[in-house]
Amino acid sequence: MSERTLYDKVWDAHAVTVLPTGQTQLFIGLHLVHEVTTPQAFDMMRERGLSIAYPQRTFATADHIIPTDTQVRPFADDQAEAMMAALERNVRDFDIEFYGLGSDRQGIVHVIGPQLGLTQPGMTLACGDSHTSTHGAFGTLAFGIGTSQVRDVLATQTLSMDRLNVRRIDVNGSLPLGVHAKDVILTIIRTLGVGGGKGFAYEYGGAVLDAMNMDERMTVCNMSIEGGALVGYVNPDGTTFDYLLGRPFAPKGEAFDRAMAYWRSMASDPDARYDDVVDIDGSAIEPTVTWGINPGQAVGVLESLPRPEDLTDPKTVEKAYQHMGWEPGAPILGTPIDVAFIGSCTNSRLSDLVAAARVAKGRQVSSDVRALVVPGSVEVKKQAEAAGLDRVFTEAGFQWREAGCSMCLAMNPDKLNGREVCASSSNRNFIGRQGSPGGRTLLMSPAMVAAAALNGRVVDVREYN
Amino acid sequence: MSEIKQVGGRAVVVRGHDIDTDRIVPARYLKEITFSRMGEYPFIDERYDADGNTVEHPFNEARFQGAELLVVNRNFGCGSSREHAPQALYRWGIRAVIGESFGPIFAGSSVLLGMPTVMVSPEDVGRLMTLVESDPQVELTVDLEARKVRLPDGSDIDIDISEGHRNALTTGSWDSTALLLGNMDEVAQTAEKLPYTKNFEGPAPL
Repeated sequence: MSERTLYDKVWDAHAVTVLPTGQTQLFIGLHLVHEVTTPQAFDMMRERGLSIAYPQRTFATADHIIPTDTQVRPFADDQAEAMMAALERNVRDFDIEFYGLGSDRQGIVHVIGPQLGLTQPGMTLACGDSHTSTHGAFGTLAFGIGTSQVRDVLATQTLSMDRLNVRRIDVNGSLPLGVHAKDVILTIIRTLGVGGGKGFAYEYGGAVLDAMNMDERMTVCNMSIEGGALVGYVNPDGTTFDYLLGRPFAPKGEAFDRAMAYWRSMASDPDARYDDVVDIDGSAIEPTVTWGINPGQAVGVLESLPRPEDLTDPKTVEKAYQHMGWEPGAPILGTPIDVAFIGSCTNSRLSDLVAAARVAKGRQVSSDVRALVVPGSVEVKKQAEAAGLDRVFTEAGFQWREAGCSMCLAMNPDKLNGREVCASSSNRNFIGRQGSPGGRTLLMSPAMVAAAALNGRVVDVREYN
Repeated sequence: MSEIKQVGGRAVVVRGHDIDTDRIVPARYLKEITFSRMGEYPFIDERYDADGNTVEHPFNEARFQGAELLVVNRNFGCGSSREHAPQALYRWGIRAVIGESFGPIFAGSSVLLGMPTVMVSPEDVGRLMTLVESDPQVELTVDLEARKVRLPDGSDIDIDISEGHRNALTTGSWDSTALLLGNMDEVAQTAEKLPYTKNFEGPAPL
């Protein structure tokens, strides 16, 4: 059958039945679990006397609450220790493979899934975490779920779901030097709005996506949810297969060849029908920085801050100015920062760290900036250290940490204080997101964060080209 | 499980677009391993200052206490998947949310709690907000069967809700586990057909 998108094909292959409600019961190929959104799900399983349906299709790690300075147990934070102990008990009781502290497979759930070859094209993937869309970079239908849905996946390996529409987003041309995947997704969200993806899966393509490596595609897909799209994906191609070859859970030998044939067959047909198509000119994208309280409130680094009356949504813009304390019309360039954070499921992979290190190498972090680099997984940390990146960062004055979510969401000791301004490679600039109700977050690419750390203010990373 | 066909009661208004789930429940409260205290936390950083003093917020206002409906603007509950957000609203007393639109994961989790999220036009949201703020005693009814919000003056407003969510609520199958467990043989058949479940050993059934 032709004219189908990858979304259509994966959905149809995983549809178990149509439920009496009209929703589809969808099989979930891979379920990833972390400590924060699951303890209540396991409790509900126990209360209802349910057993896990497909334990071999669930994998667990710890990322959100773990400290990234010292990881000695018990943790200093009693709540974090209790949460960690709950996860350890749950994976034991329910017979789930677990990569905890001390495992060389531990890391941010959206970093380790791909790295281990668990995430594969043509699969459905769910996790109690909104950034599960990251895995869409592989042509995986991947999405975040709530805790009650985690319970459903544990008990049945399925979910009750509504089918989405598909919007094709073509990013054409080529990215200028100094412009990164983060700038692409921030531009897409800025263009289509933080709620623009409601009811859609985003299929990203075009010359810019074709040319991206897997780390970069993951950065783009990661923030789909920030555009209101539950799912974002890129069709699998040679880049995808090259990445997967040799990964621990990827098929081996002839099975890999059979897998490639299957994965290719799941990609969108050349004549696939989309519910909407959007074109973005990649060559016009600039290093992009958020200035407000949602990821759509972003400007090119050389632009000035918008005037509320110029936007369709003046009230939200006023709320943003009220929190951030900037003046409309002011330049974003030169905005002083207190903290620089390189990490998170958006930008903590090896190529992210390489891009940041290229800027930091041989230079010094501004004396009044607290700067940290947090690799996304133990494996990324090892690879970075083998390449000497840890020394580049520490010699420049960055702290080099253990793997975890760290300052993206401040469920661990890494957080902002008071009204601090943070240049951050993470995904959310929501009020209070980085741990201080008054804290302020400027989202940007890891290279831009490194440049801001050196200067103590927002600069144009293209100066370092 | 009860059938939820109508939800009626007084309402509380929280104005603003793109209110994310971090604002509904900040991450530090996600360190609790049960949902039992979530009812204390909705909008906590907007209801209290750093010293614990009460700040002006609809959830603090005496006139809105006991409200069972929440009226909001566009893209409410966007951001993080944390079910803590709908749990917090539900445990505070909210039984249905009326808004212009909702974050997709928030809406999905809400229905599993038996708390419908129903969409009405921006104009009608504005009308409902003005009505409730001018008279917090006014009783509204979300009628899922008729797809209407009913006002005390006898008028009504059309609502939009996913047909699947609506059916799940009105037939009492919003807590989906039992429904899903009914088809485990079919689940096994679907899994069997997916080549990756056998790690592509043997010819792929294309």
